[in-house]
Amino acid sequence: MAGTTERSAAAKKRKPTNVFKSAHPNKPERPKRGKKSEKRLATENGIKALNPKWGYTFVAPFFVMFLIFGLAPVIFSIWIAFYNWDPLGDEQEFYGFTNFTDVLVDENFWIALRNTFSIWFFSTIPQMIMAIGLASILRNPRLKGATFWRTILLVPNITSVLAIAIVFGQLFGRDFGLVNLALTYLGMPAHIDWIAEPLPSHVAIATMITWRWLGYNALIFLAAMLAIPSYLYESADLDGASKWQQFRYITLPQLKNTITFVLIVGTIGGLQVFAEPLTLGGNMSGGDSRQFSTLTLFLYEQAFVNNRWGYAAAIGIFITVIVLIISAINFAITRQIASEDNNK
Amino acid sequence: MDQVPVTFQKRKKPRWQKMSPLSYITLTLVGFISVFPFYWMVIVASNGNEEISKETPTLLIGPRLFEVLGNVFVANEFFGAAMWNTVFVGTIVAAAQVFFSSVAGFAFAKLNFKGRKFLVLFVIGTMMLPSQLGIIPLYMLVAGLGWMNTLTALIVPALVTAFGVFWMRQVIDAQVPNELLEAASIDGAGVFRIYWQIVFPLILQSGFVLGLFSFLAVWNDFLWPLLVLNDPQQFTVQVAVNQLQSAYTIDYALNLGGAFLATAPLLVLFLFVGRKLVSGVMDGAVKG
Repeated sequence: MAGTTERSAAAKKRKPTNVFKSAHPNKPERPKRGKKSEKRLATENGIKALNPKWGYTFVAPFFVMFLIFGLAPVIFSIWIAFYNWDPLGDEQEFYGFTNFTDVLVDENFWIALRNTFSIWFFSTIPQMIMAIGLASILRNPRLKGATFWRTILLVPNITSVLAIAIVFGQLFGRDFGLVNLALTYLGMPAHIDWIAEPLPSHVAIATMITWRWLGYNALIFLAAMLAIPSYLYESADLDGASKWQQFRYITLPQLKNTITFVLIVGTIGGLQVFAEPLTLGGNMSGGDSRQFSTLTLFLYEQAFVNNRWGYAAAIGIFITVIVLIISAINFAITRQIASEDNNK
Repeated sequence: MDQVPVTFQKRKKPRWQKMSPLSYITLTLVGFISVFPFYWMVIVASNGNEEISKETPTLLIGPRLFEVLGNVFVANEFFGAAMWNTVFVGTIVAAAQVFFSSVAGFAFAKLNFKGRKFLVLFVIGTMMLPSQLGIIPLYMLVAGLGWMNTLTALIVPALVTAFGVFWMRQVIDAQVPNELLEAASIDGAGVFRIYWQIVFPLILQSGFVLGLFSFLAVWNDFLWPLLVLNDPQQFTVQVAVNQLQSAYTIDYALNLGGAFLATAPLLVLFLFVGRKLVSGVMDGAVKG
């Protein structure tokens, strides 16, 4: 009891950092991991001494603004999708499912879908493998300059897609681009048109995305790896497991949730890619032959170039459905793997 | 230690292999690729168009950097205003996000009100929705409110995000000990005082990281400002950079000079806060 009064007295003196330090001497922002489960139980019911009614007051400002500027527009766009909505006209014509069926027979929608998945594939899968590889280098306690490496890997993530797309557009130039130049030095046929050809343009865009997110995801995997209890490795060491076996049978299974998380976030992000192709092409059509038009770019083109709002809203709903289906598949696969592991 | 009779009780750290040179080479390579595009911006902007169109382009910084950067301000006389606008919007949005997210996150983490679990799941669920889904109605709303072509159109819709609340809830759940709040409450502190005097100071670090990410998002946002702004005096920095591109001939030096101006402040900022961002990213990671 004496301890608690001391603490709250200190809190009153507005020295909460000291109070906190007494509990966690090293780093206040990182509580010890072992205590996590205890704490979770404690917070499950909230703080009993605090009047729960205040909860509504505290979440109200967020919810009011979130409903008006976040959720209401989403719901209203479902409404719009059933109309032939002309932003300039006064009366909107009810269209039923026409917008949806029109999308399904629109060749450009399918091109955009193909491009989106192609770019998603080239940007997600290699990136994940590289991120896990980088994380396993970074986690080694013997690594010198750990903070430096972690920090430098995050640099790409802070910069704007626009600025970087301008640079990459130039690096991937057909005639004077550094990428083709480097390929020539390596003895490869290097007159690849990274912008006009469909597949190379997907690779170029995927490179931009990978460049931007690789370090970020490596840090996510690193954090997850550091949270793996070390006794697992100790006992594996005792059993004489090789480093590769430890990676395969301890690290990878323990990263399951993180892999799902990164995959889902990467997929949601991947289905929304538009800034890179927009900047690379300079307009919303996604290249001269729509070779890198993506779903979201297609949506924006219909909405703000062609002024077909109902049609664009229908595209948005298709994107959402695709996102939800893929997320569900991801969850299902991970759960399947998880239960298989438990049955072993 | 040697006298402990049962050796297997002794906790051994896992034996880590020595770092192989290959690991350092890999890291150096990735690090080099991470910063090279920034260096390339400077090379192009400082050498001009002729230099980089040669058979073997130079990899050295040329003498014309300030000339080209000056040209950016000539090509778009409101470029400086655009940078200022972005700082203005970004600061307000960052502060608002930290405040609203931490207040709501505190309630979600520590206050046992009815419907809390449902609301948390609801917030998480909305994070799955692609953000462009609501862009047309939001555009109509902003137009209806008369905010077109004002910075208000950028500020108000960005004041709160589901992600911010979710993140702050995680942070407060993990970093604010319950005993502290219980004790303060027993001593008669009200909920508001507890938030302001105990919770807020404890989560300042993470709040700062959230604020930084919000600021970066505003600084780098491109499409929304492009849609709602059309007066060059109101532009944000990305729109101003994009404006340089619209010319008929591609002026690489000018474009990359603009990109450099839009990026350099972030890199300077990163020098000071990079480590905080790293720990922020890692704290927010899903573990296990």
